[in-house]
Amino acid sequence: MMEITTVHYTVLSAALFSIGVIGVLVRRNIIIIFMAIELMLNAVNINLVAHAHRLENLVGEVFVVFVIAVAAAEAAVGLGIILAFFRNKETVNIDEMNVMRW
Amino acid sequence: MIDTIVIPLLKIAVLVNGVLVAVTFTVLMERKVIAWAQSRLGPMRVGPYGILQAIVDPIKLILKEDITPAKADKWMFTLAPILSLVPALVVFAVVPFGGDELFYVTDINVGLLFIIAVTSIGVYGIILAGWASNSKYPLLASLRASAQLISYEIAVTMTLVSVILTAGTLSMIGIVEAQQEAGFWFFFVQPVAFVLVLIGGLAETNRAPFDMPEAEQELTGGFHTEYSGMRFSMFFLAEYANMLVISAVVVVLFWGGWLRPFPNVAALSFLDFIPSWVWFFGKMFGFLYLFIWIRATLPRYRYDQLMRLGWKVLIPIAIGNIVVTAVVKVLL
Amino acid sequence: MAETIGFYTLSVLILGLAVLVVTAKNTVHSILFLVMNFLCVAVVYVVLQAEFLAVIQVLVYAGGIVVLYLIVVMLVNLKGEAEAHQDPRRLSVIGLALAGAVLLELAGILVYSSGSDATVPSSEAVAFPVQGNVEELGWLLYTDYLIPFEVASVLLLVAMIGAILLARREV
Repeated sequence: MMEITTVHYTVLSAALFSIGVIGVLVRRNIIIIFMAIELMLNAVNINLVAHAHRLENLVGEVFVVFVIAVAAAEAAVGLGIILAFFRNKETVNIDEMNVMRW
Repeated sequence: MIDTIVIPLLKIAVLVNGVLVAVTFTVLMERKVIAWAQSRLGPMRVGPYGILQAIVDPIKLILKEDITPAKADKWMFTLAPILSLVPALVVFAVVPFGGDELFYVTDINVGLLFIIAVTSIGVYGIILAGWASNSKYPLLASLRASAQLISYEIAVTMTLVSVILTAGTLSMIGIVEAQQEAGFWFFFVQPVAFVLVLIGGLAETNRAPFDMPEAEQELTGGFHTEYSGMRFSMFFLAEYANMLVISAVVVVLFWGGWLRPFPNVAALSFLDFIPSWVWFFGKMFGFLYLFIWIRATLPRYRYDQLMRLGWKVLIPIAIGNIVVTAVVKVLL
Repeated sequence: MAETIGFYTLSVLILGLAVLVVTAKNTVHSILFLVMNFLCVAVVYVVLQAEFLAVIQVLVYAGGIVVLYLIVVMLVNLKGEAEAHQDPRRLSVIGLALAGAVLLELAGILVYSSGSDATVPSSEAVAFPVQGNVEELGWLLYTDYLIPFEVASVLLLVAMIGAILLARREV
C-alpha cells in the first residue's frame, strides 16, 4: 500500500474542515454550530501537527497550544453568551436570535 | 512480536483482573474498618471473619434485576457506567508497582499528564448518568458532582505542577527514580503538595467528607438513583477503583513508589530483602486505610462549603506552592 | 503496513464521527460523538509523535471544553427537539454549495503545492539543550515564544472574567 505522507494528513484535515463548514452553514441549533467550529479548529490543529512532524520543527506544535487556548477561551465566552441569551428568549434556534433588544 | 504484543496483553489481563478483585476486597475492608471504628464487628457470617463477603456481594449485584427507566435514553443509560469504570482501569497502565520491568505495563514520557487527562474523562460517566436517568434528583446530583469534580481537578493539576517541577520529569518511573537520586521521598520536600493532593483526591473520587453527590441522606442516592444490578455495581467499582488510583498516585509521587525509606542510606540496606512490590502495596494499603479512616471520622461538607474550599482555598495554596517551589529550585 | 491501516481506520473514525456530530438530532448525542472525535484526534497526535499535545487535547478539549458544552446543554435543557432540516427559510442547498466550494479550494491548494516539490525550508537546526517532546516544547514556549505565551494567559483570564459576568444571574 502507499506510504502515509503529510499530504494524507492534510487531506484528512481538509475533509474535517469542510464537514465543520457544512455544520455551521446548515444547522440551526447554535450549540451544534459551536461544536462545528470546534471541529474546524481541530482540523487546523491536525494540519499543523502533521507539518511540524514533517519539518522536524516544533513551532507547529507551539501554534497548536495557542489554538487550543484560544478555543477554550472562545468556548467559555460563547457559552456564556448563549446562557445569557437563553435566559431572556428561551430559544437556541439562531433563526429566532435576530433582535438586538426586546 | 512477543515482546510488544503478547506480554503487554498478559500484563493488562492480570492488571484488570487484579484491580477488580482488589476493589471487591476494598469494599469489604471498608465495611470492616468502619465497623471497628464504630465498636461493632461488620460482616462476620459468610466466611471466616466474613472474608467471603467480598465474593458474595458482586454475585448478589449481578443477580439483581436490571431496570431501565421507561423514558430514559437507552444508549446513554448503558454508556454512563462504562465511561465511569473504564478510565479508572486505564490509569493503571502507567502506574509502576515495582522496580522491575515486570511490574508496569508501559512507561510513557508524559505519564503523570496521562493520568490527569484520563481521570478527567471519568467526569462524563457522572454527567451522563444523571442526564440519561431522565429524572430530577439524579440530574441535580450529577450537575453538582460534575461541578465538584472539575473544580478539584484544577486544584490537583496545579499541585501536580509543583511536583513535576521538583522531579524534573513527567514520567512516573522518572519521578520515582528522581526520589531515589535525591535520597529522600518527596513528601519531605513537598508536604503542602501532599496534603493538597490528598484532599483533592478525596474530592475527585466523591469520597467522604466530599461525598455529597451520592450520599443517601442527600439527594435520594445521587446520580446513580435509577441504576440497579450490574450497572450500579459498575459505578460502585469505579468509585473504589478511583480510590485505588489516588492511593497509587500519591504513593508514587510523594512516598517513594517502590523504594524503601531512605533509599540511598547504606546503613538501612538490610531492608533490601523486602521486594519492591511489597513496599508499594504496603504503602498503598496504608493510604486506603487512611481514606477509610477519614470516612469513618469526618462529617460531610455542605455543597457551598465544598466549592468554597476548592476554589478559594486550595487553588491559591496550590499556586503559592508552585511559586515557592520554582523559586527554591532556581536558587538551589 | 500497520501505519497505513492505522491511518485509514483513524481517518474513517474521525470523519464518520464528525458527520455524526453535525447530523445528529439529539444535542447530547452530538456532544458524545464530539468527545469520541477528539479522542481519535488525540490518537492521531500520538502517531505524529506529539504526545504532549495528545494529552493536552484529551485534558483540555475532551475533558474541559466539551464538559462545559454538556453542562450548558443540560442547563438549557434541550431534549431531542424535532428540528426540521428542510425549512424554506434555511437555504441549506446554498450552505452545501459553499462548503463544496471550500473543499474544492482546499483540494486546489493541495494539488498546487504537492505538484511543485518545493525545497523544504531548512528549519534552523536549533540545538536544543533539552531532549524530548515536552522539554523541547517547553523550551520554545519560554524562550522564543514567551510573549505569545503571556498574551495567551491574559486572554484566558479575560475570557474567564467575561464568561462569569455573562452567565451570572442578575440579582
